[in-house]
Amino acid sequence: MHERQTVSLDTLRARRGDDAAGHVFFVLITAAVGLAFFMVGAVGVDVVVEAWDILTERLWDFLGSPSSADEARSGVSQGIRGSILIAAIVILTFPVGIGAAVYLEEYADDTWLSRLIQVTVRNLAGVPSIVYGLLGLAVFVKGLDGLTGGRSVIAAGLAVAVLVLPVIIITAGEALRAVPTPLREGAYGLGATQWEVIRTQVLPAALPGILTGTVLGIARALGEAAPLLVIGAVGFYTTGNQDFFEQLRGAFTALPMNIANYARLPAETWRGHAAAASVVLLILVFLINLVAIVVRARISKRLGR
Amino acid sequence: MTQPAVTTDPAADAVPGANDVFTVDGLNVFYGDHHAVSEVDLTIKEREITAFIGPSGCGKSTVLRCFNRMNDLIDIARVEGTVRYHGVDLYDEAVDPVAVRRRIGMVFQKPNPFPKSIYDNVAYGPRVGGQKGNLDEIVERSLRDAGLWDEVKDRLGESALGMSGGQQQRLCIARAIAVNPDVLLMDEPCSALDPIATGVIEELMKEIKSEYTIIIVTHNMQQAARVSDRTAFFTAEIDEHSGQRRGKLVEFGDTGAIFSNPGDERTEAYVTGRFG
Repeated sequence: MHERQTVSLDTLRARRGDDAAGHVFFVLITAAVGLAFFMVGAVGVDVVVEAWDILTERLWDFLGSPSSADEARSGVSQGIRGSILIAAIVILTFPVGIGAAVYLEEYADDTWLSRLIQVTVRNLAGVPSIVYGLLGLAVFVKGLDGLTGGRSVIAAGLAVAVLVLPVIIITAGEALRAVPTPLREGAYGLGATQWEVIRTQVLPAALPGILTGTVLGIARALGEAAPLLVIGAVGFYTTGNQDFFEQLRGAFTALPMNIANYARLPAETWRGHAAAASVVLLILVFLINLVAIVVRARISKRLGR
Repeated sequence: MTQPAVTTDPAADAVPGANDVFTVDGLNVFYGDHHAVSEVDLTIKEREITAFIGPSGCGKSTVLRCFNRMNDLIDIARVEGTVRYHGVDLYDEAVDPVAVRRRIGMVFQKPNPFPKSIYDNVAYGPRVGGQKGNLDEIVERSLRDAGLWDEVKDRLGESALGMSGGQQQRLCIARAIAVNPDVLLMDEPCSALDPIATGVIEELMKEIKSEYTIIIVTHNMQQAARVSDRTAFFTAEIDEHSGQRRGKLVEFGDTGAIFSNPGDERTEAYVTGRFG
């Protein structure tokens, strides 16, 4: 038998030194968050300060003008057009990535071949982007030049799409795997075919996760400069008056190329252009992601989660 | 290894034929190398409630999932023996599991409503099945049969995930009967519910058994005694060589007899609460 316990407030008070490791951990993670905020903030402030003059004095002129040797007239219109076209081509290939993920997760038998493909896709996600540039040069610029027109925005878009596809396949695969088994069984139990189960239950349930992958993919596609460099985006071209189809298959540039090019010019006075182009790129990424995030939120709400 | 004979109520096998829904013969189920269920023979009668009871791991859910070919969804599952449904071998090559599942519905252990409206949940089966008829009528009749209509008729468009657990499980029953099945398989349908919701489901089962043949797997012996006409008692044996658990049918007969006068000492030990 126990003796009767005597309890006072002091018995239940927290003791100094209790959970010291927990406190240390809390301080460390708070510091980590603070550091992350500081670095993002520092970069943001630095870029905006550099870009301030251009953004305030001639924002619309900067957005709407092609590259020019004249500081006061040079802008990023070609870069914006190129980046949007590349993003559009990448988005057009998303169904391929999602389809591959559906095949690998839902249809493929668990054989050595399907495992090999899974492992390969994971490894491809880690391949440096410049390698994709070389692939694009060999396949899309040289091999398929009848389709792409050589060193064109189509070739660049396709190369970046191949670069982004592994990310899309992996995130979509994770999202599909996370769909609860009871949901699938419920649909199968009512006499739904495999395709009906996938179309009406699995894909809708996985869509928020799939969209998260596409957000990451688009951000990566817009920011890549290395593959464009290999494929031959023009850093500084002053013509820029071709029509839409000429530009699809002809000389092109993109915002990361604009940024690199402005930053490389020796005169200090061009720094503002590089910073302003960076701000434009950030805002473009943000806008495209915003659409995906809004869509995801609406779907999640409709699914009642 | 000794194979104790299955004790079967003679009355159960006396009249074979017309009102037999399922005839199971020498059923064995394997998950990869694991021999999960061994040599099950039993007959399920039309418009009766048959309960499968037994300790965990005895294979009762596995056997239940053979009746609508749900085990097909598990890559490594393999079924041997025959399961005849109104005389047709369910595992014949020509049989489409999708067509089987439209006639043999299933209610699962945890309520699993779809993340859709109450209406769309019930309408799901008729829609994918391309069923003819007025969908509104089908939804209303199914919800009425499941005893849920009065509670939800004013909020059919709301998400099913906002319902209580007991309501969700009755919705799953409504969803299953909306495709107008012949048989309802229920895999521990009350294990996630409180006693009041359990009572409601049990009453519902008794009401709808005039139209459906019901097989229920349950951990709850009192539930089997309360609702079922006939009871199958399964148990798990440890395989001497592999050390794996292997489920087998010990005794099958009228529920009254199984509970008051079991023919096998293992059944008696289980129903009197001495093991399991």
